[in-house]
Amino acid sequence: MRSSRTTAVLAVLLLVFGITACGSGSSSSDGKTLTYWASNQASSLDADRQILQPELAKFEQQTGIHVNLEVISWPDLLNRILAATTSGEGPDVVNIGNTWSASLQATGALQPFDDATLAKVGGKDKFLASSMAATGAPGQPPAAVPLYGLAYGLFYNKKLFADAGVAPPKTWQDLVAVAHRLTDPGKGQWGVGLEGASYTEGAHFAFMFGRQHGAQLFVNGEPGFDTPQMVAGVSQYVDLLTGGVVNPSDAEHENDTEMLRDFAAGKSAMIMVQNYATAALKTDGMDESQYGVVPIPVPDPLPAGGAKVSSHVAGIDIAAFANSKNPDGALKLIDFMTGVDEQKVLNGKLGSLPVVTQAYQDPQFQTPLIATFRGVLADAAESMPMIAQESQFETLIGTSVKELLAQAAGGTKIDAAAVQAKLTAANEQMRTGG
Amino acid sequence: MSLPATQRRGRVGGPPDDPPRRARTRRRRIPAKRWFPYVLLVPALLAELAVHVIPMLVGVWMSVQQVNQFTLRNWTRAPFIGLDNFALAARLSSPAGQQLLRSFTTTVVFTVLVVVLCWLLGLAAAVALQKPFPGRGVLRTLFLVPFALPVFTAVITWRFMLQRDTGLVNRVLVDGLGLFDDKPFWLVGPNSFVSLVVVMVWRVWPYAFLTITAGLQSIPDELYEVAEMDGAGPWQQLRRVTLPMLRPVNRVLLLVLFLWSFNDFTVPYTLFGAAAPPDADVLSVHIYQSSFVTWNFGLGSAMSVLVLAFLLVASAIYMLFSGRRAEHA
Repeated sequence: MRSSRTTAVLAVLLLVFGITACGSGSSSSDGKTLTYWASNQASSLDADRQILQPELAKFEQQTGIHVNLEVISWPDLLNRILAATTSGEGPDVVNIGNTWSASLQATGALQPFDDATLAKVGGKDKFLASSMAATGAPGQPPAAVPLYGLAYGLFYNKKLFADAGVAPPKTWQDLVAVAHRLTDPGKGQWGVGLEGASYTEGAHFAFMFGRQHGAQLFVNGEPGFDTPQMVAGVSQYVDLLTGGVVNPSDAEHENDTEMLRDFAAGKSAMIMVQNYATAALKTDGMDESQYGVVPIPVPDPLPAGGAKVSSHVAGIDIAAFANSKNPDGALKLIDFMTGVDEQKVLNGKLGSLPVVTQAYQDPQFQTPLIATFRGVLADAAESMPMIAQESQFETLIGTSVKELLAQAAGGTKIDAAAVQAKLTAANEQMRTGG
Repeated sequence: MSLPATQRRGRVGGPPDDPPRRARTRRRRIPAKRWFPYVLLVPALLAELAVHVIPMLVGVWMSVQQVNQFTLRNWTRAPFIGLDNFALAARLSSPAGQQLLRSFTTTVVFTVLVVVLCWLLGLAAAVALQKPFPGRGVLRTLFLVPFALPVFTAVITWRFMLQRDTGLVNRVLVDGLGLFDDKPFWLVGPNSFVSLVVVMVWRVWPYAFLTITAGLQSIPDELYEVAEMDGAGPWQQLRRVTLPMLRPVNRVLLLVLFLWSFNDFTVPYTLFGAAAPPDADVLSVHIYQSSFVTWNFGLGSAMSVLVLAFLLVASAIYMLFSGRRAEHA
């Protein structure tokens, strides 16, 4: 009896302790090889490999350094980087989402780009100033340099607009009015399509629209999520759904697949999405001639203290791991990838925006579409808060927006007080570090 | 628990005409025999240490350290902060504490529902398929399919089926049966809890079915024959023969189901993503979000340790209680 009880207790212990750990990485020491973790930018990991491999072969031809490429999907990338950070065993060069810059900078895992280091990759002025703003906390040497540029735009269906006799909106009020004109639930047609269950999208729009109303998300490190300006900004986003111009079902879209498919199928007349969507829309059967893109309009007149923010500075940065055993090689690869020639090739194939000014002289980037995105990125974009706790901020605000949209879709009335309550809870949690 | 030497000799039955040689052999072999099983166990024990025990101890250690983005790189030298993480996680006046409590309540209700439903379904199906009939093998195989499918693939399929506009579930419930006027949401809002329970039960009940089926094999047919002669109907046979005989099996089965549902991460994460709706925000996903998504590994570890303590206490009480009942039975 005793032994069976002991066995049972042991079995319980083993079952309860169902915790696993993982983490791996590789590095090179001979100066002739590099490990590069690339993010997934094309339609599949394999497509990324096919685009990057020939370019890395060019790099090997020029420098004699062989690059071991691994393309990592977005859901895994941050976990892989964190594992490499804790173990000290990681790649030499890595792509990061630029909103992670300040957080990863705080870990000390990335090689800081002080002036001397920046000079080795062509200097600060080589890059677009706005993209350069999303490479780390202000006042510190950047943790990365920009690689691919992205910006939000308002995509509209030309045919639906022409049929209704409306023009692309120039102000936010215009956008709402046009959206009402184009909404016909009976026909399954809606004014605007949203990615309602994505907390990252929710955080982006809360930031952008909050800034339009003059919100300051962090003042001297103190969060200010529940100011009247933030409430107004978040309400501006949620009101699209409560106002009836968005299909309530959009509240369950966790990624962009359904939103883009609905737009390509003419079920929604407008979507607010980053320029990478052009490639996906082509896959969904919508030709570039069938849609137009304008900057996401801002309220007119702008609320007091408000800024003309039509996008956050979106994009991908490239960084060198501080533990790299081949730091010179790592910088050479970063210089190569951000060189004018490679910027033309890579951004051309990936549908992103060059981050070096000179690359825009190439005719392929002089289309009206690219001009719109470039204009937004250069003149109407602010970077998300570059603070070490960025991911907490994004999770807390984004989850609040997601929950508000879900409630609205379920028929709950969402007024300013409801928005305020959610944001106050998020603010409190940010403040107490919970 | 080794047998006395005399008994063992009797069992082995060595040649009786050569006692000195036999004694020599025994002296040499017994220690080796004793140790051999333990030597065989060493690799498994090492693996167990590496995969479960050491990470668990590291997790406990992390719960008293301040491990976040600032200390991650040298996490072995992160500042010691004692029980601060626990205080933050358990302080019910703070939003983090309230959310943890809500998540805990959700998880408990979820677990109870899943365990009860899985056990009932498993028992019903196992009893129904107890007696041989044509097609029994096919049905058994069919019932086991959800358990055999890769979790991710199966749950992604559910995700598609549960979509409001294009999902099969609403197609059947709303368009087919006309049960609702307006299409309900299944992936956001209050119904997300229902979806989670249904998908989890669908996924795990075959295990209950399998275990109970195996348990039924060991019940002698004579018992049923005697019961039948005494005039017991199917219901009474179930209550008076099947259930008491299944008690040892159920004891372990219920515990396993409880731990699986309480700890399951893959189903809610695949169904809802990193930010689950508040109604379906079970502890595993909640803790994942508190550590991996927001980089606060110390706080996440403290929450995990609290869960671990709860599961240990709950399991220990259960084993003690059910053990005593089994002894008295």
